[in-house]
Amino acid sequence: MATTVAAPRAAGPKHKYESGIWSWLATTDHKRIGQLYLYTALAWFLVGGIEAFIIRLQLYGPNGRIVSAETYNQLFTMHGTTMIFMAIMPLSAAFFNFLVPLQIGARDVAFPRLNAFSYWVFLAGSIFMNVSWLFHAAPDGGWFAYAPLNTRVYSPGLNMDFWVIGLQILGLSSLAAGFNFITTIINMRAPGMHFMRMPVFTWATFVTQFLIVLSFPFITVAVTFLLFDRFFGTNFYEIAAGADPLLWQHLFWLFGHPEVYILILPAFGLVSEVLPTFSRKPLFGYPVMVYSLILIAFLGFGVWAHHMFAVGMGPIADSIFGITTMLIAIPTGVKIFNWLGTMWGGSLRFTTPMLFAIGLVSLFTIGGISGVMHSSPPSDLQQTDSYFVVAHFHYVLFGGSMMGLFAGIYYYFPKITGRLMSETLGKWHFWLTFIGMNLTFFPMHFAGLDGMPRRIWQYDANQGWDVDNHISTIGAAILVVATLIFVINLVRSRRSGARAGNDPWGAPTIEWSIPSPPPAYNYATIPTVRSRYPMWDMKAPELTASVPHSPAGEKEVTVKVGGATAGHIETPADTQLNAENAHPSAHELGIVMPTPTIKPLLATLGLCVSFFGLIWHRHVPIIILGGVIFVAALYAWLLTPLEPEH
Amino acid sequence: MATAALAEAHDEHHYTSTGLPHTKIAIWAFIGSECFFFASLIATYLIYKGRSVVGPFPHTPWVDPATGQHFKPILNIPVTSASTFVLLMSSLAMVLAHSAVVRGDRKWSKIWLASTALLGATFLGFQAYEFTSFVHEGLKITTNLFGSTFFTLTGFHGAHVTAGVLWLVTMLFIDFKRGLGPRDAINVDVMALYWHFVDVVWIAIFTLVYLIQ
Amino acid sequence: MTADHSAHVTRDAHGDAHPVEHAHPDWGTYKWVALVLTIITIVEVYVYYTGLKDTRLFVPILLILSAAKFAIVVMFYMHLKYDAKIFRGLFIGPLIVAMTVLISLLFLFGHIAIHAS
Repeated sequence: MATTVAAPRAAGPKHKYESGIWSWLATTDHKRIGQLYLYTALAWFLVGGIEAFIIRLQLYGPNGRIVSAETYNQLFTMHGTTMIFMAIMPLSAAFFNFLVPLQIGARDVAFPRLNAFSYWVFLAGSIFMNVSWLFHAAPDGGWFAYAPLNTRVYSPGLNMDFWVIGLQILGLSSLAAGFNFITTIINMRAPGMHFMRMPVFTWATFVTQFLIVLSFPFITVAVTFLLFDRFFGTNFYEIAAGADPLLWQHLFWLFGHPEVYILILPAFGLVSEVLPTFSRKPLFGYPVMVYSLILIAFLGFGVWAHHMFAVGMGPIADSIFGITTMLIAIPTGVKIFNWLGTMWGGSLRFTTPMLFAIGLVSLFTIGGISGVMHSSPPSDLQQTDSYFVVAHFHYVLFGGSMMGLFAGIYYYFPKITGRLMSETLGKWHFWLTFIGMNLTFFPMHFAGLDGMPRRIWQYDANQGWDVDNHISTIGAAILVVATLIFVINLVRSRRSGARAGNDPWGAPTIEWSIPSPPPAYNYATIPTVRSRYPMWDMKAPELTASVPHSPAGEKEVTVKVGGATAGHIETPADTQLNAENAHPSAHELGIVMPTPTIKPLLATLGLCVSFFGLIWHRHVPIIILGGVIFVAALYAWLLTPLEPEH
Repeated sequence: MATAALAEAHDEHHYTSTGLPHTKIAIWAFIGSECFFFASLIATYLIYKGRSVVGPFPHTPWVDPATGQHFKPILNIPVTSASTFVLLMSSLAMVLAHSAVVRGDRKWSKIWLASTALLGATFLGFQAYEFTSFVHEGLKITTNLFGSTFFTLTGFHGAHVTAGVLWLVTMLFIDFKRGLGPRDAINVDVMALYWHFVDVVWIAIFTLVYLIQ
Repeated sequence: MTADHSAHVTRDAHGDAHPVEHAHPDWGTYKWVALVLTIITIVEVYVYYTGLKDTRLFVPILLILSAAKFAIVVMFYMHLKYDAKIFRGLFIGPLIVAMTVLISLLFLFGHIAIHAS
């Protein structure tokens, strides 16, 4: 009865949300949202890169005159804020969205509409923060915005207002996504996908989401205090009222240190997918890799004050935080050695993703070693606020996170678009990035040890910093060229790259069993998983013979794709080059998918109106109007069922 | 309830790996996150305790050296004890509402949901009274560190109670519109978990802010 | 009907454990819980108004009493005692880390100190 009522509607003419711009605005499909994250984040990566390059041009020689001191402050603040919150985190989010449901054998995330909401809020927050450039009022207090410099007295303009509100919006996006992915990974694993069979990227995502939902409250509270101080005259950071400026630093770094693991763990996860595939060997020490992820996350909550050795916390606190920081090097080192162990004796294929993955392993290690140097308070006192620290965190963020994310982009681009990226351009991209990155950041170690402080606009000649800065700027120019090559590769390959087929790399995990790009419903039949490497069990059982959790192996074909059975080496869908239009629709297969809806977007617009009212002379009616739109959209959203009635 | 859950678990479309509903996992993850939110607010209150350079103060009287004006200790323990009791009783009403929904008892589900919402609203009434009388006695959010931390901490708790009351009223509205039955039990359960958590936060605030000096 | 205090667990074809029912306590339990909570609250306020206020025991007593209330609400009203284990993990893990951070912050700001003498 119910079916007959619903059927005509679904079979009728295409709904307006099924094509064109509406299909993106109203989408609840995790794959589309993942792509939105990917392209938006790459755009912000370019913006942050331009900011960085202007900084490098200014510092090329002594007494640079390209930008004013004021603009320089805005540039380094926005460079940090953009790269952390609008480039690396959302690039990771692109992979969370695109990959996690595919890797665990699900059709979507647990809360598809909340997922769309997360993306729209991220987009709104990132635009909001950058709109400040139009007012010549970009945030200028550093990405850490230390109190009391961030208060109204010392930062009277709109600059830090944009930062405070923008960060609050971006935090909301990450939190919403965090609850969503925790639920998805706990609750939507396909039958047989035990925790210890999950791909390591899914594990990295799982651990990262806990870091997000447990560390973002600190920054939410710290920023709320600042917002209240700036807008309502409270005293949280008012020294005259007895406030302690260290409150901000503690709350900020209680968030800030877990945040660095939020930035690196997803890249670790991607590399842990790439290395086994191109070594033709199972990941070395899978359980230890998982435990070290968890341990890094846990210890990550106990090391925040190592960012604050210079403030003088006393010998007890310094010792404790020094020791916990050294401890965290153990699980991190374990990961490095396990990756080496994975490659050891494997039949290595040096494709572009593999090169970037090896780039992470080598460059992150350098950054990790300078990181351990900071864990000793006396040594840290010599390095803090110098270019040595800048060198350190660019080795872990660019050499680590970005290298890993590039590896992920090259590796998963075929799954996302159905086409391979150019290997020739990819290798140019890799080698130029590798060389440019080291030229840019390695000399900063020496500049820092020679006493060059961070965040300076100009420096005088003959302090021994000139050559280091010349080299750094030349390196940055090479990075610009490398990034251009990447963009050209991305655009060209998207349009006319070679068709990829289901499994271009011979990879072990189940996302490679379905067509590229996957149909809306991912899996026509939810797969049953009996091992860590189902694809290898079928195609190359000798590779997984020694892996626990796959004793019997996957002899039986259990993955069905669009009515055709996949899992054989010659899957029907694999041979259809025009795969995109070949597989049947969800409706034809009788699979119920979430209804597209623009309500999450409307809710986001309500929030935007509110925040606009707040920054625009604290206009109360506008703030209330935004709140009403938000609540109305929220009710409309929550009172509508996720899926069409069936 | 048991049969409903079982039926859901065997429906391939609503398959979950743990057999537990998504919303319940999400709400517990949310509550875990909220622990950090309130821990930060409470920590700030405690860190700044006794650091205000001007009064009025929570537990001790204060004379303004400039004007010679006398200020009483701000916190009103009898009133807050009453509001604490009201919130505790709202939790009892909440669990009874949930039981009624599970039983499919439409009369008592409405009565207990309404009682919970009403007790929550009463708590908010107490808080409104408390805030206005404090302002009257000379403590505003801008006055000193005590004012800033106190109003922010209890204000955010109040905002959580307000959201809870709205949720309860919405659920009550649905109950009147189409009646809540065993299949809605999970939604009421999730709401109840949120509500009890807000209660639990108040238990901590009552001791750490009001009773300990 | 008395509350069944054990979660039923079934096993599916793949051997995965599935708790299908989260047993809730009933009125018989709830009324006692409410009574105990009320009594503890009365004791807390009573302690505040007695001479105990100026002794060293005052703060520890209040902390223990409120911790007891906290635990009772979480165990019975939020039925964590009877529910699937994963919820315990999701709540108690973060709670412990949050409490540890709170206490460390109080140390760092000198509100709690280890006195040598």
